[in-house]
Amino acid sequence: MRALLTALWAIVAREALRFSRQRSRFVSALVRPLVWLVVFAAGFRAALGLSIIPPYQTYITYETYIVPGLCGMILLFNGMQSSLSLVYDREMGSMRLLLTSPLPRWWLLFSKILAGTAVSVLQCYAFLGIAAAMGITMPLMGYVYVLPALILGGVMLGALGVALSSFISQMENFAGVMNFVIFPTFFMSTALYPLWRMAESSVLLRDICAFNPFSHTVELIRFALYEQFNGMALLWTMLAGMIFLGLALWGYDPGRGLMRRRG
Amino acid sequence: MTGLKVERLGFSYGAKRALENVSFDVEQGAFCALLGPNGAGKSTLFALLTRLFTTREGRLTVMGHDIARAPRQALARIGVVFQQSTLDLDLSVRRNLRYFAALHGLAGREAETRIEAALERMAMRERADELARDLNGGHRRRTEIARALVHRPAVLLLDEPTVGLDAEARRAITAHVHDLCASDGLTALWATHLTDEVWPDDRLVILHNGRVLADGTAREIAGQEGLTERFLNLTGAPV
Ligand SMILES: Nc1ncnc2c1ncn2[C@@H]1O[C@H](COP(=O)(O)OP(=O)(O)OP(=O)(O)O)[C@@H](O)[C@H]1O
Ligand SMILES: [Mg+2]
Repeated sequence: MRALLTALWAIVAREALRFSRQRSRFVSALVRPLVWLVVFAAGFRAALGLSIIPPYQTYITYETYIVPGLCGMILLFNGMQSSLSLVYDREMGSMRLLLTSPLPRWWLLFSKILAGTAVSVLQCYAFLGIAAAMGITMPLMGYVYVLPALILGGVMLGALGVALSSFISQMENFAGVMNFVIFPTFFMSTALYPLWRMAESSVLLRDICAFNPFSHTVELIRFALYEQFNGMALLWTMLAGMIFLGLALWGYDPGRGLMRRRG
Repeated sequence: MTGLKVERLGFSYGAKRALENVSFDVEQGAFCALLGPNGAGKSTLFALLTRLFTTREGRLTVMGHDIARAPRQALARIGVVFQQSTLDLDLSVRRNLRYFAALHGLAGREAETRIEAALERMAMRERADELARDLNGGHRRRTEIARALVHRPAVLLLDEPTVGLDAEARRAITAHVHDLCASDGLTALWATHLTDEVWPDDRLVILHNGRVLADGTAREIAGQEGLTERFLNLTGAPV
Protein backbone atom coordinates (compact mmCIF):
# COMPACT_ATOMS: atom_id res chain seq x y z
CA MET A 1 0.00 0.00 0.00
CA ARG A 2 2.80 2.40 0.85
CA ALA A 3 4.49 1.49 -2.38
CA LEU A 4 1.37 2.48 -4.29
CA LEU A 5 1.15 5.85 -2.59
CA THR A 6 4.84 6.47 -3.16
CA ALA A 7 4.41 5.94 -6.87
CA LEU A 8 1.25 8.05 -6.98
CA TRP A 9 2.98 10.90 -5.23
CA ALA A 10 6.00 10.76 -7.53
CA ILE A 11 3.83 10.77 -10.63
CA VAL A 12 1.77 13.71 -9.39
CA ALA A 13 4.89 15.63 -8.38
CA ARG A 14 6.47 15.05 -11.75
CA GLU A 15 3.38 16.25 -13.57
CA ALA A 16 3.23 19.33 -11.35
CA LEU A 17 6.89 20.05 -12.00
CA ARG A 18 6.51 19.64 -15.71
CA PHE A 19 3.50 21.87 -15.63
CA SER A 20 5.18 24.59 -13.60
CA ARG A 21 7.87 24.72 -16.26
CA GLN A 22 5.31 25.35 -18.96
CA ARG A 23 3.85 28.59 -17.78
CA SER A 24 2.48 29.24 -21.22
CA ARG A 25 0.35 26.14 -20.90
CA PHE A 26 -1.12 27.43 -17.68
CA VAL A 27 -1.85 30.78 -19.18
CA SER A 28 -3.38 29.46 -22.37
CA ALA A 29 -5.52 27.05 -20.41
CA LEU A 30 -6.89 30.04 -18.51
CA VAL A 31 -7.18 32.39 -21.41
CA ARG A 32 -9.42 30.04 -23.36
CA PRO A 33 -12.34 30.03 -20.91
CA LEU A 34 -11.82 33.69 -20.10
CA VAL A 35 -12.19 34.62 -23.74
CA TRP A 36 -15.44 32.72 -23.80
CA LEU A 37 -16.55 34.43 -20.67
CA VAL A 38 -15.75 37.93 -21.80
CA VAL A 39 -16.20 37.95 -25.54
CA PHE A 40 -18.70 35.27 -26.39
CA ALA A 41 -20.91 35.66 -23.41
CA ALA A 42 -21.52 39.28 -24.35
CA GLY A 43 -22.53 38.29 -27.85
CA PHE A 44 -24.68 35.36 -26.85
CA ARG A 45 -26.37 37.01 -23.96
CA ALA A 46 -29.27 38.26 -25.94
CA ALA A 47 -29.75 34.85 -27.46
CA LEU A 48 -30.44 33.15 -24.16
CA GLY A 49 -34.04 33.60 -23.20
CA LEU A 50 -34.67 34.14 -19.56
CA SER A 51 -35.96 31.35 -17.44
CA ILE A 52 -35.34 29.95 -14.03
CA ILE A 53 -34.03 26.40 -14.00
CA PRO A 54 -32.46 24.46 -11.16
CA PRO A 55 -30.10 24.93 -9.45
CA TYR A 56 -30.72 28.64 -9.96
CA GLN A 57 -33.32 30.39 -7.85
CA THR A 58 -33.35 33.71 -9.61
CA TYR A 59 -32.81 34.98 -13.09
CA ILE A 60 -29.18 34.72 -14.02
CA THR A 61 -26.99 36.33 -16.60
CA TYR A 62 -25.52 34.30 -19.41
CA GLU A 63 -22.03 34.81 -17.97
CA THR A 64 -23.16 33.18 -14.79
CA TYR A 65 -24.71 30.33 -16.70
CA ILE A 66 -21.59 29.36 -18.59
CA VAL A 67 -19.09 29.43 -15.72
CA PRO A 68 -19.59 25.74 -14.83
CA GLY A 69 -19.40 24.82 -18.50
CA LEU A 70 -16.12 26.66 -18.80
CA CYS A 71 -14.77 24.77 -15.79
CA GLY A 72 -15.77 21.67 -17.71
CA MET A 73 -13.92 23.05 -20.71
CA ILE A 74 -10.74 23.33 -18.67
CA LEU A 75 -11.10 19.72 -17.53
CA LEU A 76 -11.82 18.57 -21.06
CA PHE A 77 -8.91 20.36 -22.68
CA ASN A 78 -6.52 19.30 -19.97
CA GLY A 79 -7.65 15.70 -20.15
CA MET A 80 -6.92 15.72 -23.86
CA GLN A 81 -3.66 17.55 -23.34
CA SER A 82 -2.40 14.97 -20.89
CA SER A 83 -3.29 12.22 -23.28
CA LEU A 84 -1.25 14.07 -25.85
CA SER A 85 1.65 13.99 -23.45
CA LEU A 86 1.11 10.25 -23.08
CA VAL A 87 1.45 9.74 -26.80
CA TYR A 88 4.53 11.91 -26.66
CA ASP A 89 5.94 9.95 -23.72
CA ARG A 90 5.34 6.80 -25.66
CA GLU A 91 7.18 8.09 -28.68
CA MET A 92 9.99 9.38 -26.52
CA GLY A 93 10.28 6.15 -24.60
CA SER A 94 9.57 7.47 -21.11
CA MET A 95 6.30 5.56 -21.05
CA ARG A 96 8.38 2.40 -20.88
CA LEU A 97 9.63 3.38 -17.49
CA LEU A 98 6.10 3.42 -16.23
CA LEU A 99 5.03 0.23 -17.92
CA THR A 100 8.00 -1.84 -16.78
CA SER A 101 7.45 -1.01 -13.13
CA PRO A 102 6.41 -4.00 -11.04
CA LEU A 103 3.53 -2.06 -9.51
CA PRO A 104 0.10 -2.83 -10.98
CA ARG A 105 -0.36 -1.17 -14.32
CA TRP A 106 -3.88 0.02 -13.56
CA TRP A 107 -2.58 1.90 -10.58
CA LEU A 108 0.18 3.59 -12.57
CA LEU A 109 -2.24 4.70 -15.25
CA PHE A 110 -4.72 5.83 -12.64
CA SER A 111 -1.95 7.83 -10.98
CA LYS A 112 -1.19 9.48 -14.29
CA ILE A 113 -4.84 10.45 -14.61
CA LEU A 114 -4.98 11.81 -11.08
CA ALA A 115 -1.82 13.81 -11.71
CA GLY A 116 -3.43 15.45 -14.72
CA THR A 117 -6.60 16.05 -12.74
CA ALA A 118 -4.72 17.81 -9.95
CA VAL A 119 -3.39 20.30 -12.46
CA SER A 120 -6.85 20.81 -14.01
CA VAL A 121 -8.46 21.42 -10.66
CA LEU A 122 -5.93 24.10 -9.83
CA GLN A 123 -6.74 25.80 -13.09
CA CYS A 124 -10.44 25.63 -12.44
CA TYR A 125 -9.94 27.39 -9.14
CA ALA A 126 -7.81 30.03 -10.78
CA PHE A 127 -10.57 30.53 -13.32
CA LEU A 128 -13.29 30.69 -10.67
CA GLY A 129 -11.15 33.22 -8.83
CA ILE A 130 -10.88 35.46 -11.87
CA ALA A 131 -14.59 35.09 -12.56
CA ALA A 132 -15.31 36.12 -8.98
CA ALA A 133 -13.06 39.13 -9.42
CA MET A 134 -15.18 40.02 -12.43
CA GLY A 135 -18.23 39.88 -10.24
CA ILE A 136 -19.51 36.41 -11.08
CA THR A 137 -19.61 34.87 -7.64
CA MET A 138 -21.07 31.66 -6.28
CA PRO A 139 -22.26 30.88 -2.76
CA LEU A 140 -19.19 30.52 -0.56
CA MET A 141 -19.65 26.84 0.26
CA GLY A 142 -20.13 26.18 -3.43
CA TYR A 143 -16.41 26.64 -3.88
CA VAL A 144 -15.84 23.81 -1.42
CA TYR A 145 -18.52 21.46 -2.72
CA VAL A 146 -17.29 21.83 -6.24
CA LEU A 147 -13.95 20.23 -5.41
CA PRO A 148 -15.11 16.59 -5.52
CA ALA A 149 -17.15 17.36 -8.63
CA LEU A 150 -14.09 18.78 -10.37
CA ILE A 151 -11.96 15.82 -9.33
CA LEU A 152 -14.51 13.31 -10.53
CA GLY A 153 -14.99 15.14 -13.82
CA GLY A 154 -11.22 15.46 -14.23
CA VAL A 155 -10.72 11.74 -13.71
CA MET A 156 -13.52 10.86 -16.12
CA LEU A 157 -12.16 13.11 -18.87
CA GLY A 158 -8.55 12.15 -18.10
CA ALA A 159 -9.49 8.49 -18.48
CA LEU A 160 -11.11 9.34 -21.79
CA GLY A 161 -7.85 10.96 -22.84
CA VAL A 162 -5.77 7.94 -21.83
CA ALA A 163 -8.17 5.61 -23.61
CA LEU A 164 -7.96 7.73 -26.75
CA SER A 165 -4.18 7.92 -26.53
CA SER A 166 -4.02 4.15 -26.62
CA PHE A 167 -5.92 4.06 -29.89
CA ILE A 168 -3.91 6.74 -31.58
CA SER A 169 -0.75 5.30 -32.99
CA GLN A 170 1.15 8.46 -33.62
CA MET A 171 1.48 12.08 -32.76
CA GLU A 172 0.50 13.19 -36.27
CA ASN A 173 -2.97 11.73 -36.02
CA PHE A 174 -3.59 13.37 -32.76
CA ALA A 175 -4.73 16.81 -33.75
CA GLY A 176 -7.44 15.42 -36.01
CA VAL A 177 -8.80 13.11 -33.39
CA MET A 178 -8.84 15.89 -30.87
CA ASN A 179 -10.94 18.09 -33.09
CA PHE A 180 -13.37 15.28 -33.51
CA VAL A 181 -13.57 14.76 -29.78
CA ILE A 182 -13.21 18.10 -28.08
CA PHE A 183 -15.52 20.24 -30.15
CA PRO A 184 -18.55 17.98 -30.44
CA THR A 185 -18.18 17.04 -26.78
CA PHE A 186 -18.19 20.64 -25.78
CA PHE A 187 -20.80 22.03 -28.12
CA MET A 188 -23.26 19.20 -27.76
CA SER A 189 -23.48 19.58 -24.04
CA THR A 190 -25.17 21.78 -21.52
CA ALA A 191 -22.03 23.86 -21.18
CA LEU A 192 -23.33 26.68 -23.37
CA TYR A 193 -27.09 26.20 -23.35
CA PRO A 194 -29.53 24.50 -21.05
CA LEU A 195 -31.35 21.46 -22.38
CA TRP A 196 -34.68 23.20 -22.83
CA ARG A 197 -33.00 25.70 -25.06
CA MET A 198 -31.53 22.92 -27.17
CA ALA A 199 -34.91 21.29 -27.50
CA GLU A 200 -36.23 24.43 -29.11
CA SER A 201 -33.88 24.02 -32.01
CA SER A 202 -33.84 20.24 -32.27
CA VAL A 203 -35.05 17.34 -30.19
CA LEU A 204 -32.26 15.17 -31.50
CA LEU A 205 -29.70 17.70 -30.37
CA ARG A 206 -31.31 17.75 -26.97
CA ASP A 207 -31.13 13.97 -26.74
CA ILE A 208 -27.48 13.94 -27.69
CA CYS A 209 -26.80 16.59 -25.09
CA ALA A 210 -28.65 14.68 -22.45
CA PHE A 211 -26.70 11.57 -23.29
CA ASN A 212 -23.29 13.25 -23.44
CA PRO A 213 -21.46 12.43 -20.20
CA PHE A 214 -19.74 15.79 -20.42
CA SER A 215 -23.14 17.46 -19.90
CA HIS A 216 -23.49 15.55 -16.69
CA THR A 217 -20.06 16.58 -15.51
CA VAL A 218 -20.98 20.19 -16.20
CA GLU A 219 -24.27 19.80 -14.36
CA LEU A 220 -22.52 18.12 -11.44
CA ILE A 221 -20.22 21.12 -11.24
CA ARG A 222 -23.09 23.59 -11.69
CA PHE A 223 -25.15 22.08 -8.92
CA ALA A 224 -22.17 21.75 -6.60
CA LEU A 225 -21.32 25.40 -7.12
CA TYR A 226 -24.81 26.23 -5.88
CA GLU A 227 -24.46 23.91 -2.90
CA GLN A 228 -26.73 21.33 -4.42
CA PHE A 229 -26.33 17.70 -5.25
CA ASN A 230 -27.32 16.20 -8.58
CA GLY A 231 -27.46 12.43 -8.17
CA MET A 232 -28.22 11.72 -11.79
CA ALA A 233 -25.23 13.75 -12.95
CA LEU A 234 -23.03 11.99 -10.43
CA LEU A 235 -24.20 8.60 -11.60
CA TRP A 236 -23.62 9.36 -15.26
CA THR A 237 -20.20 10.85 -14.67
CA MET A 238 -19.14 7.87 -12.58
CA LEU A 239 -20.51 5.40 -15.08
CA ALA A 240 -18.73 7.10 -17.96
CA GLY A 241 -15.57 7.36 -15.87
CA MET A 242 -15.66 3.64 -15.17
CA ILE A 243 -16.14 2.78 -18.82
CA PHE A 244 -13.31 5.07 -19.91
CA LEU A 245 -11.01 3.71 -17.21
CA GLY A 246 -11.78 0.22 -18.41
CA LEU A 247 -11.01 1.21 -21.97
CA ALA A 248 -7.81 2.92 -20.90
CA LEU A 249 -6.62 -0.20 -19.10
CA TRP A 250 -7.56 -2.39 -21.97
CA GLY A 251 -5.78 -0.03 -24.33
CA TYR A 252 -2.54 -0.38 -22.40
CA ASP A 253 -2.80 -4.12 -21.86
CA PRO A 254 0.49 -5.72 -22.94
CA GLY A 255 -1.38 -8.43 -24.81
CA ARG A 256 -2.89 -5.80 -27.07
CA GLY A 257 0.58 -4.81 -28.11
CA LEU A 258 0.31 -1.06 -28.08
CA MET A 259 3.98 -0.66 -27.23
CA ARG A 260 4.80 -2.82 -30.21
CA ARG A 261 4.59 0.20 -32.37
CA ARG A 262 7.85 1.67 -33.30
CA GLY A 263 9.23 4.57 -31.39
CA MET B 1 19.91 -21.03 -10.46
CA THR B 2 19.30 -19.75 -13.94
CA GLY B 3 19.04 -15.99 -14.03
CA LEU B 4 17.24 -15.86 -17.31
CA LYS B 5 15.60 -18.58 -19.34
CA VAL B 6 14.24 -18.17 -22.84
CA GLU B 7 12.37 -21.17 -24.24
CA ARG B 8 11.13 -21.64 -27.78
CA LEU B 9 10.22 -17.98 -28.04
CA GLY B 10 8.44 -16.80 -31.17
CA PHE B 11 7.03 -13.44 -32.15
CA SER B 12 5.65 -11.71 -35.24
CA TYR B 13 4.84 -8.11 -36.07
CA GLY B 14 1.84 -8.79 -38.23
CA ALA B 15 3.20 -10.84 -41.08
CA LYS B 16 6.82 -10.03 -40.21
CA ARG B 17 8.49 -12.78 -38.22
CA ALA B 18 10.82 -11.16 -35.69
CA LEU B 19 11.74 -14.10 -33.45
CA GLU B 20 11.65 -17.77 -34.35
CA ASN B 21 12.10 -20.55 -31.82
CA VAL B 22 14.64 -18.68 -29.74
CA SER B 23 15.98 -20.63 -26.76
CA PHE B 24 18.90 -20.02 -24.44
CA ASP B 25 19.53 -19.55 -20.79
CA VAL B 26 21.91 -17.50 -18.73
CA GLU B 27 23.36 -18.64 -15.44
CA GLN B 28 23.13 -16.31 -12.51
CA GLY B 29 26.14 -14.00 -12.36
CA ALA B 30 27.02 -14.46 -16.02
CA PHE B 31 27.55 -11.75 -18.58
CA CYS B 32 25.79 -12.85 -21.72
CA ALA B 33 26.30 -10.93 -24.93
CA LEU B 34 23.45 -11.02 -27.40
CA LEU B 35 25.20 -10.30 -30.64
CA GLY B 36 23.20 -9.57 -33.74
CA PRO B 37 23.15 -7.22 -36.70
CA ASN B 38 20.43 -4.60 -37.25
CA GLY B 39 17.01 -6.14 -37.36
CA ALA B 40 18.13 -9.37 -35.69
CA GLY B 41 15.34 -9.14 -33.13
CA LYS B 42 17.30 -7.98 -30.10
CA SER B 43 15.00 -5.13 -29.12
CA THR B 44 11.99 -7.33 -29.72
CA LEU B 45 13.37 -9.87 -27.28
CA PHE B 46 13.94 -7.10 -24.74
CA ALA B 47 10.42 -5.80 -25.11
CA LEU B 48 9.07 -9.29 -24.46
CA LEU B 49 11.37 -9.71 -21.46
CA THR B 50 10.07 -6.47 -19.97
CA ARG B 51 6.50 -7.27 -20.87
CA LEU B 52 5.95 -4.19 -22.99
CA PHE B 53 4.11 -6.67 -25.09
CA THR B 54 3.46 -10.38 -24.91
CA THR B 55 3.50 -13.44 -27.08
CA ARG B 56 1.81 -16.81 -26.91
CA GLU B 57 4.77 -18.67 -28.30
CA GLY B 58 7.32 -19.85 -25.82
CA ARG B 59 8.20 -18.98 -22.29
CA LEU B 60 10.36 -16.46 -20.46
CA THR B 61 11.57 -17.01 -16.93
CA VAL B 62 13.42 -14.49 -14.78
CA MET B 63 14.95 -15.82 -11.58
CA GLY B 64 12.40 -18.61 -11.58
CA HIS B 65 9.41 -16.32 -12.22
CA ASP B 66 7.47 -16.96 -15.40
CA ILE B 67 6.81 -13.57 -17.01
CA ALA B 68 3.39 -14.55 -18.27
CA ARG B 69 2.24 -15.97 -14.95
CA ALA B 70 3.98 -13.77 -12.41
CA PRO B 71 4.81 -10.62 -14.33
CA ARG B 72 5.19 -8.40 -11.31
CA GLN B 73 7.61 -10.68 -9.49
CA ALA B 74 9.59 -11.07 -12.68
CA LEU B 75 9.66 -7.33 -13.39
CA ALA B 76 10.76 -6.62 -9.84
CA ARG B 77 13.90 -8.67 -10.49
CA ILE B 78 14.73 -6.96 -13.77
CA GLY B 79 16.68 -3.79 -14.38
CA VAL B 80 16.58 -2.51 -17.92
CA VAL B 81 18.36 0.01 -20.09
CA PHE B 82 16.50 0.48 -23.35
CA GLN B 83 18.13 1.23 -26.67
CA GLN B 84 16.47 4.62 -26.67
CA SER B 85 17.20 6.80 -23.67
CA THR B 86 14.37 7.19 -21.19
CA LEU B 87 15.97 9.82 -18.98
CA ASP B 88 13.95 12.88 -18.10
CA LEU B 89 16.32 15.53 -19.42
CA ASP B 90 14.81 18.29 -17.30
CA LEU B 91 15.57 16.48 -14.08
CA SER B 92 18.88 16.09 -12.32
CA VAL B 93 20.57 12.71 -12.24
CA ARG B 94 19.50 12.12 -8.67
CA ARG B 95 15.92 13.14 -9.33
CA ASN B 96 15.75 10.79 -12.28
CA LEU B 97 16.76 8.00 -9.95
CA ARG B 98 14.32 9.12 -7.29
CA TYR B 99 11.43 9.11 -9.72
CA PHE B 100 12.37 5.63 -10.82
CA ALA B 101 12.71 4.43 -7.22
CA ALA B 102 9.22 5.75 -6.50
CA LEU B 103 7.81 3.87 -9.48
CA HIS B 104 9.14 0.81 -7.73
CA GLY B 105 7.53 1.88 -4.49
CA LEU B 106 10.77 2.99 -2.84
CA ALA B 107 10.97 6.24 -0.93
CA GLY B 108 12.60 7.89 2.05
CA ARG B 109 15.86 6.82 3.55
CA GLU B 110 15.76 3.40 1.97
CA ALA B 111 15.51 4.92 -1.48
CA GLU B 112 18.26 7.46 -0.77
CA THR B 113 20.69 4.79 0.40
CA ARG B 114 20.06 2.71 -2.66
CA ILE B 115 20.34 5.68 -4.96
CA GLU B 116 23.67 6.71 -3.47
CA ALA B 117 24.93 3.14 -3.76
CA ALA B 118 23.87 2.89 -7.38
CA LEU B 119 25.46 6.23 -8.24
CA GLU B 120 28.62 5.19 -6.46
CA ARG B 121 28.62 1.90 -8.32
CA MET B 122 28.57 3.70 -11.68
CA ALA B 123 30.95 6.45 -10.51
CA MET B 124 28.26 9.08 -11.04
CA ARG B 125 28.10 10.62 -7.58
CA GLU B 126 29.90 13.82 -8.41
CA ARG B 127 27.42 14.47 -11.17
CA ALA B 128 24.33 13.57 -9.21
CA ASP B 129 23.02 17.13 -9.15
CA GLU B 130 23.61 17.96 -12.78
CA LEU B 131 20.69 18.04 -15.16
CA ALA B 132 20.52 15.00 -17.39
CA ARG B 133 20.43 17.38 -20.33
CA ASP B 134 23.89 18.68 -19.48
CA LEU B 135 25.56 15.27 -19.38
CA ASN B 136 27.53 13.80 -22.24
CA GLY B 137 26.41 10.56 -23.86
CA GLY B 138 28.62 8.35 -21.75
CA HIS B 139 27.42 9.85 -18.50
CA ARG B 140 23.81 9.64 -19.60
CA ARG B 141 24.22 5.96 -20.20
CA ARG B 142 25.91 5.50 -16.86
CA THR B 143 23.02 7.32 -15.24
CA GLU B 144 20.62 4.96 -16.92
CA ILE B 145 22.54 1.94 -15.73
CA ALA B 146 22.72 3.36 -12.21
CA ARG B 147 18.98 3.90 -12.35
CA ALA B 148 18.43 0.33 -13.48
CA LEU B 149 20.29 -0.83 -10.36
CA VAL B 150 18.30 1.16 -7.79
CA HIS B 151 15.78 -1.57 -7.00
CA ARG B 152 18.61 -4.14 -6.75
CA PRO B 153 17.58 -6.33 -9.65
CA ALA B 154 19.09 -9.74 -10.18
CA VAL B 155 19.01 -9.48 -13.95
CA LEU B 156 20.21 -6.48 -15.91
CA LEU B 157 19.06 -6.07 -19.50
CA LEU B 158 20.96 -3.64 -21.69
CA ASP B 159 19.94 -2.97 -25.26
CA GLU B 160 22.87 -1.58 -27.20
CA PRO B 161 23.95 0.57 -24.27
CA THR B 162 27.02 1.88 -26.05
CA VAL B 163 25.35 3.31 -29.13
CA GLY B 164 26.69 6.73 -29.93
CA LEU B 165 29.50 6.62 -27.38
CA ASP B 166 33.16 7.22 -28.10
CA ALA B 167 35.68 4.41 -27.79
CA GLU B 168 36.75 5.32 -24.28
CA ALA B 169 33.23 5.60 -22.89
CA ARG B 170 32.30 2.36 -24.63
CA ARG B 171 35.19 0.51 -23.08
CA ALA B 172 34.49 1.95 -19.64
CA ILE B 173 30.82 0.99 -19.65
CA THR B 174 31.51 -2.49 -20.98
CA ALA B 175 34.06 -2.98 -18.21
CA HIS B 176 31.67 -1.62 -15.61
CA VAL B 177 28.95 -4.07 -16.43
CA HIS B 178 31.34 -7.01 -16.59
CA ASP B 179 32.43 -5.96 -13.16
CA LEU B 180 28.86 -5.87 -11.85
CA CYS B 181 28.43 -9.49 -12.89
CA ALA B 182 31.73 -10.64 -11.43
CA SER B 183 31.47 -8.86 -8.09
CA ASP B 184 27.75 -8.53 -7.42
CA GLY B 185 26.53 -11.73 -9.02
CA LEU B 186 24.27 -9.82 -11.37
CA THR B 187 23.10 -11.59 -14.51
CA ALA B 188 23.49 -9.35 -17.55
CA LEU B 189 22.08 -9.64 -21.03
CA TRP B 190 23.94 -7.20 -23.23
CA ALA B 191 22.67 -6.65 -26.74
CA THR B 192 25.12 -5.32 -29.27
CA HIS B 193 26.27 -5.56 -32.84
CA LEU B 194 29.89 -4.84 -31.98
CA THR B 195 32.14 -7.83 -31.45
CA ASP B 196 34.78 -5.91 -29.51
CA GLU B 197 32.39 -5.51 -26.60
CA VAL B 198 32.37 -9.27 -26.10
CA TRP B 199 35.10 -10.67 -23.88
CA PRO B 200 36.48 -14.16 -24.45
CA ASP B 201 34.97 -15.64 -21.28
CA ASP B 202 31.52 -14.18 -21.84
CA ARG B 203 28.49 -16.22 -22.66
CA LEU B 204 27.54 -15.42 -26.22
CA VAL B 205 24.34 -15.86 -28.18
CA ILE B 206 24.37 -14.84 -31.81
CA LEU B 207 21.00 -13.80 -33.14
CA HIS B 208 20.25 -13.23 -36.79
CA ASN B 209 16.91 -12.78 -38.53
CA GLY B 210 15.17 -13.82 -35.36
CA ARG B 211 17.05 -17.10 -34.96
CA VAL B 212 19.84 -18.23 -32.68
CA LEU B 213 22.86 -19.08 -34.84
CA ALA B 214 25.36 -19.80 -32.12
CA ASP B 215 25.27 -20.29 -28.37
CA GLY B 216 28.26 -20.92 -26.12
CA THR B 217 31.20 -19.04 -24.70
CA ALA B 218 32.66 -16.34 -26.87
CA ARG B 219 35.96 -18.21 -26.95
CA GLU B 220 34.41 -21.41 -28.29
CA ILE B 221 32.37 -19.62 -30.89
CA ALA B 222 35.25 -17.45 -32.06
CA GLY B 223 37.46 -20.52 -32.59
CA GLN B 224 40.53 -19.94 -34.71
CA GLU B 225 38.93 -17.32 -36.91
CA GLY B 226 38.42 -14.70 -34.28
CA LEU B 227 34.99 -13.45 -33.27
CA THR B 228 34.62 -10.69 -35.82
CA GLU B 229 35.32 -12.98 -38.76
CA ARG B 230 33.15 -15.70 -37.36
CA PHE B 231 30.26 -13.29 -36.77
CA LEU B 232 30.48 -11.89 -40.27
CA ASN B 233 30.62 -15.36 -41.75
CA LEU B 234 27.63 -16.52 -39.79
CA THR B 235 25.44 -13.51 -40.44
CA GLY B 236 26.61 -12.84 -43.95
CA ALA B 237 25.62 -16.30 -45.14
CA PRO B 238 22.27 -16.59 -46.91
CA VAL B 239 19.63 -17.78 -44.53
N1 LIG C 1 6.93 -2.07 -34.85
C1 LIG C 1 7.36 -2.88 -35.79
N2 LIG C 1 6.56 -3.22 -36.79
C2 LIG C 1 6.97 -4.05 -37.76
N3 LIG C 1 8.18 -4.61 -37.81
C3 LIG C 1 9.04 -4.31 -36.82
C4 LIG C 1 8.68 -3.42 -35.76
N4 LIG C 1 9.73 -3.31 -34.93
C5 LIG C 1 10.69 -4.08 -35.45
N5 LIG C 1 10.29 -4.68 -36.57
C6 LIG C 1 11.09 -5.60 -37.40
O1 LIG C 1 11.39 -6.74 -36.61
C7 LIG C 1 12.73 -7.13 -36.80
C8 LIG C 1 13.48 -7.12 -35.50
O2 LIG C 1 13.57 -5.79 -35.04
P1 LIG C 1 14.34 -5.40 -33.71
O3 LIG C 1 14.12 -3.96 -33.48
O4 LIG C 1 13.98 -6.34 -32.65
O5 LIG C 1 15.86 -5.64 -34.14
P2 LIG C 1 17.20 -5.25 -33.42
O6 LIG C 1 18.02 -6.48 -33.36
O7 LIG C 1 16.91 -4.59 -32.13
O8 LIG C 1 17.85 -4.24 -34.43
P3 LIG C 1 18.71 -2.91 -34.19
O9 LIG C 1 20.13 -3.33 -34.09
O10 LIG C 1 18.46 -2.12 -35.43
O11 LIG C 1 18.20 -2.25 -32.98
C9 LIG C 1 13.31 -6.17 -37.84
O12 LIG C 1 13.24 -6.79 -39.09
C10 LIG C 1 12.40 -5.00 -37.78
O13 LIG C 1 12.32 -4.38 -39.03
MG1 LIG D 1 17.33 -2.78 -31.35
